[in-house]
Amino acid sequence: MSDHHGHDHEQHGHDHEHGGHEESATMAERVRRLIAKLEDKGLVSEAQVDQTVAAFLAGAGPSNGARLVARAWVDPAFKEKLLADGNAAIEDLGLDMSHWARVTLRAAENTEQVHNVIVCTLCSCYPIALLGPSPSWYKSLDYRARVVRDPRGVLAEFGVSLDPKMEIRVWDSTAELRYIVVPQRPAGTESLGEAELAALVGRDALIGTALVAASA
Amino acid sequence: MQRFSVGQRVRTVALREQGHTRLPRYLAQHAGVISRVHGLYPLADDRAAGLDTPPQALYGVSFEARELFGDGTQSFTVIADLWDAYLEDAS
Repeated sequence: MSDHHGHDHEQHGHDHEHGGHEESATMAERVRRLIAKLEDKGLVSEAQVDQTVAAFLAGAGPSNGARLVARAWVDPAFKEKLLADGNAAIEDLGLDMSHWARVTLRAAENTEQVHNVIVCTLCSCYPIALLGPSPSWYKSLDYRARVVRDPRGVLAEFGVSLDPKMEIRVWDSTAELRYIVVPQRPAGTESLGEAELAALVGRDALIGTALVAASA
Repeated sequence: MQRFSVGQRVRTVALREQGHTRLPRYLAQHAGVISRVHGLYPLADDRAAGLDTPPQALYGVSFEARELFGDGTQSFTVIADLWDAYLEDAS
């Protein structure tokens, strides 16, 4: 359960070997078996696993991503930094994605012309430190297969209808980079402060499957 | 080593038949354009095989939907992060 998913390898293996893996064993069972093996070999203890996961998830949630976006909306210099070097920008807010693997953060900015959406077609790579654990639909074969073939259709199912002229960019997290969408600031929020703006930004807007509305 | 630069046309190689890779099947053997150079990262294929090879260049590569899925596909772009070993020059 990290930004860099430990199960990448196994999960990807089935992608072109035998697609039915997920039906034959749930992820939870597989993780339990893996931990049992590691314990048998004396490599880790259950307590260590629990402690590590708890430490990682403490403070990991979409409010981090929302803070990042709100700051970018009110501070153009910060936005520039976020788009150029995501890791440096999140450090400014006291956030960190480098728990035990090198993970590079990239922010993709929505504009009047461009809408971004994030997926991991091979497994479920996701910026957990900034968004918390991913929703189950993000990990589903359905979303992963379809958002790279029919992004407009998938977005419409999420209730996001975009101008036909809007350029859509689908970011497939295939390597050591993790993506976050910087949604467009809604009109009518000029008088709101940073904290109030952050409260408008939900998890799905940070994945690109929702827009931000002027009232939460 | 960085073989490619931003704006360069590249073509992805065929999917390897055995072992781990982070080249998705739907992106194999397609033409794209380098959109960003990310720096050096350990190649996932080698790491999964327990090989300690030097890190290699990782690129953001941009693909047009029509190139991936054929004419008649809606217009959009897929951007994936692909290692040097997955790419050939197509400029």
